[in-house]
Amino acid sequence: MEQQVLSITQVNEYIRTRLDADPLLGSIAVRGEISNYKMYPSGHHYFTLKDEGGALKCVMFKGSAVRLRFRPENGMKVIAWGKISVFPRDGAYQLYCSAMSVDGVGDLHAAFEQLKAKLAGEGLFDPAHKKPLPKYPGVIGIITSSAGAAVHDMLRILRKRYPLTKVRLFPVRVQGVEAPPEIVGAIRYANRYKLADLLIVGRGGGSIEDLWAFNDERVARAIYDSEIPVISAVGHEPDVTISDYVADLRAATPSNAAELAVVDQDALRQILDGYSASMATTLARQIKSGRQHLKAISESPALRSPTGYLEQRRQNILLLKNRLVSAQMQGVERKRRSYVALTAKLDAMSPLKVLTRGYAMAQKKDGTVLRSVSQVDIADEIAITVGDGQVSAMVTNVKEKQL
Amino acid sequence: MNEKNATFEENMQRLEQIVRAMERGDVALDESLKLFQEGTDLVHKCGKLLDEAQLQIEKVVKGTDGNPTFEEFQDENG
Repeated sequence: MEQQVLSITQVNEYIRTRLDADPLLGSIAVRGEISNYKMYPSGHHYFTLKDEGGALKCVMFKGSAVRLRFRPENGMKVIAWGKISVFPRDGAYQLYCSAMSVDGVGDLHAAFEQLKAKLAGEGLFDPAHKKPLPKYPGVIGIITSSAGAAVHDMLRILRKRYPLTKVRLFPVRVQGVEAPPEIVGAIRYANRYKLADLLIVGRGGGSIEDLWAFNDERVARAIYDSEIPVISAVGHEPDVTISDYVADLRAATPSNAAELAVVDQDALRQILDGYSASMATTLARQIKSGRQHLKAISESPALRSPTGYLEQRRQNILLLKNRLVSAQMQGVERKRRSYVALTAKLDAMSPLKVLTRGYAMAQKKDGTVLRSVSQVDIADEIAITVGDGQVSAMVTNVKEKQL
Repeated sequence: MNEKNATFEENMQRLEQIVRAMERGDVALDESLKLFQEGTDLVHKCGKLLDEAQLQIEKVVKGTDGNPTFEEFQDENG
């Protein structure tokens, strides 16, 4: 029997038919680790799944790849669903992957962690970027569904706490594929037209899938870019979304956001009472201190008894005057004493005193004291003064001393 | 922005200023008396604003020209 000779195409086609007829291979779930992951400009993804024993080529076409809720990476352990078939050009079988999920943890969880790490790396959660909230917001913009309970919870609380504010609602869808672009649009619109002093972005509780719009990268970036401060208010207390990390303030729930957004009017009234009390106290203190000052002044002697004060002053002057006079007198007496002493000294040195010790002074008629023989001639009259009187004499001889 | 409320915020800011100035104690008595009078008026004004305040709610709708228009929004509490 002559063996039939087949073309490559026929062989591959035959194998493909056999494989495609297999019910298990037609719908299969495969667990493995991703390697050699490549995304082509066409939008198709190519990769290999492997375990310790072997490898399986995989392809994920664009239509399936866009539905991935995480970014596949090499080394990631995944479960891939699809069918095994033949790629005739290469003569190779491969997994035509229609869906893929992260093994172990949910793929949403994986996507969340990936986005969180990425945005954290870019500094979107940086505390330095967080804006302070206005103390008394004039207009609060609420970006949420107008249908849910969340908006009514927030309005109820705002009305009760701080009815001074105006609320502007930006109705958006908060789940499904349309939600992220609508939320982003509302945030940008509010900023562009400066429609609020503060934004609350959020929704009430739900499953992780329901809250997913608030884990969207576009929403995160719109919150980050918002010049109006943003409070995120998503789900219940334990739900934390990417929006919560990016927002200027995270509220546990929408109701909590309304509480955080405004000061309670009861507290405001207390503050006002406090201001009243403080002003009254400080004014009273100032008046009291002024009064004390006034009292101190009015009790000064000059004001309390002007005449007495003047009398005292007069006596002071008198006292001073007496002291002055007595000081003067003392001065005079001191001078007199020194005069006497000086006179005694002078007396001791007086030429008259010398005369008492036996010396005599000769004078011409005109009173000139004789100091030289040349001053007189014979027969001149001279006066000689001695200690107790005067003697008149006539010159009888003049004799010059021979030196 | 909300006219009445902007006034509230301005009033509160001025009031805080006054209280701080008085507490510093470096203003003359006649100035203090004036501040006290102004502050007391502001306290009453703010209290009155709170008493009379009614939450205003409006829905933002993008107009055909892209500019915002505001529609009434009736919530179930109101």
